[in-house]
Amino acid sequence: MRYIPHTAGDVSEMLERIGVKTLEDLFVEVPESVRLKRPLDLPEPLSETELLRELKTLAAKNATTSTHKSFLGGGAYQHFIPAVIDLLVSRSEFYTAYTPYQPEISQGTLQAIFEFQTLICQLTGMDVANASMYDGASACAEAVLMAVRLTRRKRVLLSRGLNPRYRAVVATYCRYLGLELVEVAVAANGQTDLQDLAAKLDESTAAVVAGYPNYFGVIEDVAALVEGAHQAGARMITAVSEPVALGLLKPPGELGVDIVAGDGQSFGLPLAFGGPYVGFFAVRQKDLRAMPGRLVGETTDLDGQRGFVLTLSTREQHIRREKATSNICSNQGLCALVTTIFMSLLGKQGLREMAEQNLAKAAYARQKLSGVKGFSLVFGGPSFNEFVVRSKEPVSAVLSRLEKAGILGGIPLGSDYPELADCFLVCVTEQNRRDEIDTLAAALQGGVA
Amino acid sequence: MTIVGTSGLILNEKLLFEHSASGRKGYSLPKLDVPEAKLPAALCRVEINGFPELSEVDVVRHFTRLSTWNYGVDSGFYPLGSCTMKYNPKVNEAAARLPGLADIHPATPPHLVQGILELMYRLQVALAEVSGFARVTLQPAAGAHGELAGMLVIRAWHEARGSKRSKVLIPDTAHGTNPATAALTGYDVVPIASQGVLTLEEVAAHMNDDVAALMVTNPNTLGLFETNIEAICKLVHERGGLVYCDGANLNALMGIARPGDMGIDVMHFNLHKTFSTPHGGGGPGAGPVGVTEKLIPYLPGPGVECDGDQFRFESANADSIGRLMAFHGNVGIMVRAFAYAFSMGGSGLKHASQMAVLNANYVRARLEGAYDLPYKRRSLHEVIFSDKDLEGGCHTLDVAKRLIDYGYHPPTIYFPLVVKGAIMIEPTETESQEILDEFCDAMIAIAGEARDNPELLHQAPVRSKVRRLDETTAARKPKLRWEENP
Repeated sequence: MRYIPHTAGDVSEMLERIGVKTLEDLFVEVPESVRLKRPLDLPEPLSETELLRELKTLAAKNATTSTHKSFLGGGAYQHFIPAVIDLLVSRSEFYTAYTPYQPEISQGTLQAIFEFQTLICQLTGMDVANASMYDGASACAEAVLMAVRLTRRKRVLLSRGLNPRYRAVVATYCRYLGLELVEVAVAANGQTDLQDLAAKLDESTAAVVAGYPNYFGVIEDVAALVEGAHQAGARMITAVSEPVALGLLKPPGELGVDIVAGDGQSFGLPLAFGGPYVGFFAVRQKDLRAMPGRLVGETTDLDGQRGFVLTLSTREQHIRREKATSNICSNQGLCALVTTIFMSLLGKQGLREMAEQNLAKAAYARQKLSGVKGFSLVFGGPSFNEFVVRSKEPVSAVLSRLEKAGILGGIPLGSDYPELADCFLVCVTEQNRRDEIDTLAAALQGGVA
Repeated sequence: MTIVGTSGLILNEKLLFEHSASGRKGYSLPKLDVPEAKLPAALCRVEINGFPELSEVDVVRHFTRLSTWNYGVDSGFYPLGSCTMKYNPKVNEAAARLPGLADIHPATPPHLVQGILELMYRLQVALAEVSGFARVTLQPAAGAHGELAGMLVIRAWHEARGSKRSKVLIPDTAHGTNPATAALTGYDVVPIASQGVLTLEEVAAHMNDDVAALMVTNPNTLGLFETNIEAICKLVHERGGLVYCDGANLNALMGIARPGDMGIDVMHFNLHKTFSTPHGGGGPGAGPVGVTEKLIPYLPGPGVECDGDQFRFESANADSIGRLMAFHGNVGIMVRAFAYAFSMGGSGLKHASQMAVLNANYVRARLEGAYDLPYKRRSLHEVIFSDKDLEGGCHTLDVAKRLIDYGYHPPTIYFPLVVKGAIMIEPTETESQEILDEFCDAMIAIAGEARDNPELLHQAPVRSKVRRLDETTAARKPKLRWEENP
């Protein structure tokens, strides 16, 4: 086996030094009764050539952003990935290292995380960001738990416009913690219904959670949500699954939000059928010690040189055990590095330009698609790069018609929103050329509407 | 003696933000081919304050320099106990980057993604075979996330039977994630003392009608096989509880013994440990969870099902604990683990475990005498020493820092907590006898230095990019981000 260096000679020499006769003797502590008395039922080892042939066969059976024109979003987005990124994160000093427990030989990872924390703060307008979480949904769940810890209240209001997968993950995390999760309705314009929010907010409410933009691509009136939440003494949490929008939109921090949880996939990570992505998590300075996850801080070494270390770890599981702020240990470090490189390349101008392109392409697509007979837009609120289309023809028929034309036309909404069973969610990014959007509109037209 | 560590030219590098120059850019986008659009000004920010402006060259040089300040498995020996820092095969990386696997949107209809679903299904089956469980979910993103899934499954099983148990037993050798996870699932933690391994008597003394589960690690964090595991599982089951196993140390047992055959009900895997996927400077990993037949309904969903030659996501199941990730988990990591499992085959996985255990025992044999060995029982994939016999006022931390000067990543230190000044060494199977000899020579030399010239240890490391860092000030006056005008 090419990954294992031992020769037969090495093995016998080592056994002799240990003072046993056979490899079996090393396992004397494993009782006979639990030994596996047959070989593992797995195939024979594959050579590199055979393995790659098999994987390429599997890869050829998948529709991708290369084989199809894709208008799928809903929490995972097709964006430009500069070539620089993969080449840099392929430096094995980055990807074959582990958590920087030994700071003297981990300064590369530590400084990069410090830069990631800074970039996330700048992007969100918040004071402090951690070293990353698993994904946007789990970050959102951790934000809810943090708000519950801070307020010592038990009721959490989730906007129906929040990504349904995020809501599901929040529900899983909260399952046995005695919390009450309450849904807040969406108004006719696609924003969270402020009247319904006002009716449901009370003195037991720990947090209000909404997407920014929300699942329908609509930009919430965050200032109004914050006002409502704060009047009731609750924390406002925004979940950002499409951070490209923050190239243009007011940062949540400026709007008074208390916790920002989001997903950084849009910043250089391949779609990869859903992961690995990276959760980001940013809070106000005053709540620092209640936050989950690792933090990197600046300090100096014995010679007075600048250096970085993991810090404030008395919040974490390896010190605090059952009293920790979270059970998280490994996070998505390398994915955080990807987003750090992405944000460095795009910079101040680039992120804005990219956001403007997304906005313009989606606006163009909205106009084209709503001009097709039998199709209409559902929500009138301001939107970013996603929007909901209503269809007279059954959604499944529309999408399979598009599929035959090589188009992944959108995500059907019926399973998550029965009231929108005749609707689908369309996403348009800077990667969709005008002619692709025109093709989508023409293909929709081709139906028997 | 060959000393690997040496001095070389390392380049300084500022923070990204300190390089920035207004108007510089490191990207190119196609010209906009549709009319411009505007949002109401009230919704828009002016600019992203402080965001850097850099050229592509600036960025490439920046991160290249940063990378040289790190130490990875590809740099050298990384015996970080309990983390299984084995070699990360390069074909795994190539596999995960195949466009047909990397560029799939997670909401693509299942009939258009049969290849990736087949891969996931086959990985589920392979992991079930290695562990002896009836079913495996791939969804959790890391070990602690797998623990959360597993403990939620246990709780759901109890609740479905109307049982309101409130406690979880956790031995004192456990990883910190175990009690933290138990708390997150709403349980109170009862710590139990172990004598190296858990005794049936100790478990019996704590096991009652209010205990939902026992969380064990097997082999445990002392590298010792829990020899009473069968009897313990039987006892816990008889008294109405379930047994969770932290699978962090599965690298000792592949093809040798299966947790599912020992009476364990639930276990998480760490694909980034046992199945060779890279640790990435702290993730992403993957933490699949295996369960026995009766717990299948409660697994997080949806898992991948196979109907003849068609693969699909299973339909919604009312008993499931629900989703733990927005999508299907860290699929890119699953691809790497698949590449590893099928490169190794059944025989290769067993060989890996045998060589991992051989290597750990070889290090133990070479260092016994030079360092105190608190537990004398035959250990498996890792070995724990202590600093008890160290002279010159030196401690474990000093040994770790001195190892850096010799060119090694230090072992895990001060864990498990039951060993004072623990030095936890896990060599893994991918290291040769020569590497282990060089490392052991260094460890022995360091014990000698502690006796003869302890300042060498107290001052160490001196060859690294930075010397020992002031962690106290870092925590007392936290500076967690760069600021233009601090």
